Amino acid sequence: MKTYTLPLFALLFTLGSLTAIADGYEVGDRATDFRLKNVDGAMVSLSDYSDAKGFIVIFTCNHCPYSVAYEDRIIALDRKYRDKGFPVIAINPNDPAVQPEDSFEKMQERAEEKAFPFPYLFDEGQKIYPQYGATRTPHVYLLEKSDGDHIVRYIGAIDNNHSDPENADQHYVADAVDALLAGDNPDPDMTKAIGCTIKTKK
Amino acid sequence: MLFLAGSIVRAQALPEPTRVISSNTHVVPVYRGFEAMAPLVERRPDTLHIINFWATWCAPCVKELPYFEELTRERGDRPLKVVLVSLDFRQQLETRLLPFLKDRDITSSVVVLDDPDANSWIDRVDPSWSGAIPGTLFLGKGTRLFREQTFTRNELHSLVDSLLERTP
Repeated sequence: MKTYTLPLFALLFTLGSLTAIADGYEVGDRATDFRLKNVDGAMVSLSDYSDAKGFIVIFTCNHCPYSVAYEDRIIALDRKYRDKGFPVIAINPNDPAVQPEDSFEKMQERAEEKAFPFPYLFDEGQKIYPQYGATRTPHVYLLEKSDGDHIVRYIGAIDNNHSDPENADQHYVADAVDALLAGDNPDPDMTKAIGCTIKTKK
Repeated sequence: MLFLAGSIVRAQALPEPTRVISSNTHVVPVYRGFEAMAPLVERRPDTLHIINFWATWCAPCVKELPYFEELTRERGDRPLKVVLVSLDFRQQLETRLLPFLKDRDITSSVVVLDDPDANSWIDRVDPSWSGAIPGTLFLGKGTRLFREQTFTRNELHSLVDSLLERTP
């Protein structure tokens, strides 16, 4: 038993360290563009937005209570910043075979119920979220256009109070966009939050 | 020996809670603000503590919960203690968490961490944690290990076996 469990433990430890190294974007990295299906059936890419200065890319979904808690705040971010050049692009990264509430049809229903003013895209085949390194919903990547590239300027949470917007006193994403609009670097440029795991087949 | 193991667990008391919620089957300490709960994740207890961050609304958490319960129910005289740290929403503690604990007949220690400013405390649990749940901290005299993953029964039991064997 001893000879069996110790190598297994070592293996688990090694796997853990390897995944930590391979994890997605950091602030300053170039983010990939994509071509994903929106709830209205159209394919959407970042390159479609020739006038945008950047994007508030948010990995989010239907089923997660944290995502639901932030829906109205995500709508408000789009209303506030779309015309200033930073539209919201929402992407559902979950595999509906694992979480049926996050199917494309259910996404369409939710987008209509809440009248999402922003694209709500389906990461079909789950090719995009791993490149970004998203680990939970909601998970924000604020991108800024620079010489044809999309540079990651902020990664993390929307604000510091998921349960009560009135009591949030750090509005991370809004502050980060305001900083970019003023020509500054976001501070903080990285935050964490509790969220739902992204649902994949093991 | 059983009696001794019991007294060891009692000696590693939970930090003083901000308040307590209860049903006719469960008494659950609530920590308002991470600071109140911090000693639980910052000390190095003699008993291996398996501290699982979860919520009733989190499907992968609920899926792995029975394996943590098995550790508690089948621990015998093994020096381990499971603490389930619920991150359920403040408004749902009485309406959702307490009925869940009763329905599932949960026997492990359950506490509630009520601190929405998660960015201020996630790194204090472990810097490698992105914040997705479930996440589990294994804490013992010579052990500090965090796993952001959903465990299978075998993965959890093998890891706990190997951690207990390493303990001097």
